[in-house]
Amino acid sequence: MTYTPQLRELLTRVEATRNKRLQGYFPRLMAAEKEEVLRKFHPDYIEASMRPLQVGVNTGDRVPHELADLLEARSRLENVRLDLEQLQYDVDVLVVGGGGAGAAAALLAQEQGANVLLLTKLRFGDANTVMAQGGIQVADKANDSPAVHYLDVIGGGHFSNVPELVRALTMDAPAALRWLEDLGAMFSKEDDGTMKSIHGGGTSRKRMHFARDYSGAEIMRTLRDEVRNRSLRVVEFCAVVELLLDEGGRAAGAVLYNMETGEYEIARAKTVILATGGSGRLHYQGFPTTNHYGATGDGLIIGYRAGARLAFMDTIQYHPTGAAFPPQILGLLITEKVRGLGAEPVNIDGEQFVHPLETRDVESSAIIREIKDRGKGIVTETGMVGVWLDSPMIEIIHGPGTIERELPAMVRQFNRFGVDIVRDPMLVYPALHYQNGGLLIEENGRTNIENLYVAGECAGGIHGRNRLMGNSLLDIVVFGCRAGRDAGARAAGVRVGKLHLEHVTAYHRQLEANGVLTAGRVAPLLLPRYTHRSR
Amino acid sequence: MTQETELLNVYIMGKSYQVPASLTIMNALEYAGYQLVRGCGCRAGFCGACATVYRIKGDYELKVGLACQTKVEPDMYLTQLPFFPAQKAEYNIRELKATAEQIAYYYPEIYRCIGCNACTKICPQDLKVMQYIGYAQRGQIDRCADESFDCVMCGLCASRCPALIVHYNVGILARRLYSRYLVPPAGHLQDRVTEIRSGKFDEDIAMLMTASADELKKRYNERDIEPE
Ligand SMILES: Cc1cc2nc3c(=O)[nH]c(=O)nc-3n(C[C@H](O)[C@H](O)[C@H](O)COP(=O)(O)OP(=O)(O)OC[C@H]3O[C@@H](n4cnc5c(N)ncnc54)[C@H](O)[C@@H]3O)c2cc1C
Ligand code: FES
Repeated sequence: MTYTPQLRELLTRVEATRNKRLQGYFPRLMAAEKEEVLRKFHPDYIEASMRPLQVGVNTGDRVPHELADLLEARSRLENVRLDLEQLQYDVDVLVVGGGGAGAAAALLAQEQGANVLLLTKLRFGDANTVMAQGGIQVADKANDSPAVHYLDVIGGGHFSNVPELVRALTMDAPAALRWLEDLGAMFSKEDDGTMKSIHGGGTSRKRMHFARDYSGAEIMRTLRDEVRNRSLRVVEFCAVVELLLDEGGRAAGAVLYNMETGEYEIARAKTVILATGGSGRLHYQGFPTTNHYGATGDGLIIGYRAGARLAFMDTIQYHPTGAAFPPQILGLLITEKVRGLGAEPVNIDGEQFVHPLETRDVESSAIIREIKDRGKGIVTETGMVGVWLDSPMIEIIHGPGTIERELPAMVRQFNRFGVDIVRDPMLVYPALHYQNGGLLIEENGRTNIENLYVAGECAGGIHGRNRLMGNSLLDIVVFGCRAGRDAGARAAGVRVGKLHLEHVTAYHRQLEANGVLTAGRVAPLLLPRYTHRSR
Repeated sequence: MTQETELLNVYIMGKSYQVPASLTIMNALEYAGYQLVRGCGCRAGFCGACATVYRIKGDYELKVGLACQTKVEPDMYLTQLPFFPAQKAEYNIRELKATAEQIAYYYPEIYRCIGCNACTKICPQDLKVMQYIGYAQRGQIDRCADESFDCVMCGLCASRCPALIVHYNVGILARRLYSRYLVPPAGHLQDRVTEIRSGKFDEDIAMLMTASADELKKRYNERDIEPE
């Protein structure tokens, strides 16, 4: 869909101011101004967007309504007859989720001699991991060190991160990257083998390593290939809908749901690793998302119901530039590099209103302010509102051909729908991007429930209140490996007792006792519902 | 959604549906009422879950695209290819050689390529698929790795190949061989691993872990930043 005549008309205002903007300089915000725009416009600060939980270990903690609705919902198994003795699978380690964290965990668990089963809701590799373009942070250059990395991580997280987790993340990083290199992942290198690395938001050293602009895809493809080479058992289109505990209150398996036949099955395991990823598809506050189709926060729901503790669920990362047009690619991630190369956000009158390289939260808030408070957004045919991101500036600043050379994926994505980003600006709006919090873990991925592990985006504590780009591809490898190693080794000494679902019954009782209205809601969601919608 | 959106007719597995003309195939399936389970992953052109085969009424030519990246057209007959039963060789990457013979050992069918170029024509990523198979045949593993790099492993190439080649599995084997055996390992990375094991940074980290919040903030705000 090319720009409509109305939008074309508006575009002339952007063109009219372009030269003037190229000559001027738009100042960065002062600390106090940043605080103000965040407080007034960042989605996390909207009081009415969250509510305190009324049940479970985190009672009283505030989380987004959309998540609270699912945490305060009933089990899918409520009216299902199950024979928990009828075991479809009986394994040492059960890994739930087929993204990068799940794959790494499965490999390491198997290396400990464990019999491993990996289950995933979609295809193996259909996950947020495969979508990451930017890169992975590792402090491996001479001017860098794990301590320098540590300070960046903890500062980026507003000093709220769990220190032991940051230590594990930064100290294990070089070994994690070395492992991927040894497995034959194709990182971008100089001829002599030196890893190429650049800056990312919030880094004090150039430690963002990448595999062209398919960093996550390359990590995922490699780990998946390796899992397949090691005859590791993988079951696709199989979702976990509830954890099973044994008499000791320890995690001891899961109830599985065949996504295609609708049947339920039982898996028994000595240790369980949840690696179910993020929750962008819950569309907090109606935001579009950059996340994959299965990012519905299932692991948070089933873990919480079994008694695992959540942390930092009141903070979400919004990416300032998701696509707002064309509607076919709503929410598509427009990489930070576009602004890095000089493209400025511009309002309906062709005026710049924020420096292009503020931090993600500030940049997002400024865009929201321009639209909601100042009424200077651009409304498209579908009702979606956005601001311009003036990409043609890049060609003027760096010379013709720059966009084609530096942003080939972006050019391809927009061209498919008739928008030429070399000639015309894009329309953007912040998109839900990353779940900063999750189920609280310790250094080896253990939770407060014995034999239950969590790794990857489903885990909380590593990034505190804000994750820096490049640290989550890192955390899925570091903590995927740690959880896999520990769960695999530990399984040998575990004797599983009788399986039960009493925690679910108890949770339901708690909902009722606290007068929580569940209004027919069941959880986990498994997949978002987009049927009969026009976009 | 505005009311005057133009609708057009598509045939989803032969059944006719009216859908807004602006939609992708994926959105059109959902608009028609399908709750997708297979055939949908990243929704952004990265995972290859949504390979779709279609033909426009009156035309004999079969076309393909990623459902999340392709717009509907009038009178499109479409179906998804949610799974392709391709063969994948199992190997231990640590015990291989980066040679043409090695690839041929696992995927001998690459030499049966008849040069029809159907794989290249069908690739939704516009990769020169036949070309990279040619590189593999000749042991030009670096070029095979480079040319196949943007592959999303959707399986369409393999679905069209008269020689039954599974191109994308050849591609990943080549990339892994190239990266593991033909490119020198990063010396600085191995050195850093060794330094960490020797305890070189333990003290620095311990100091940061025990520093007060104010001390950490001060250090963070005063840290030097490597210039661009
Ligand atoms: C567009 C995009 C760009 C990004 N760019 C970067 C970047 O440049 N650098 C960086 O560091 N990070 C980046 N990130 C973040 C990073 O990619 C993710 O945080 C990380 O890959 C998450 O990995 P994971 O294994 O925890 O989860 P995922 O990769 O999302 O995998 C989760 C898996 O669990 C499965 N699953 C979910 N629920 C269930 C269930 N109930 N039962 C069974 N299986 C289930 C899913 O289907 C999926 O296979 C980006 C994210 C996105 C979306
Ligand atoms: S859904 Fe991933 S490529 Fe289309």
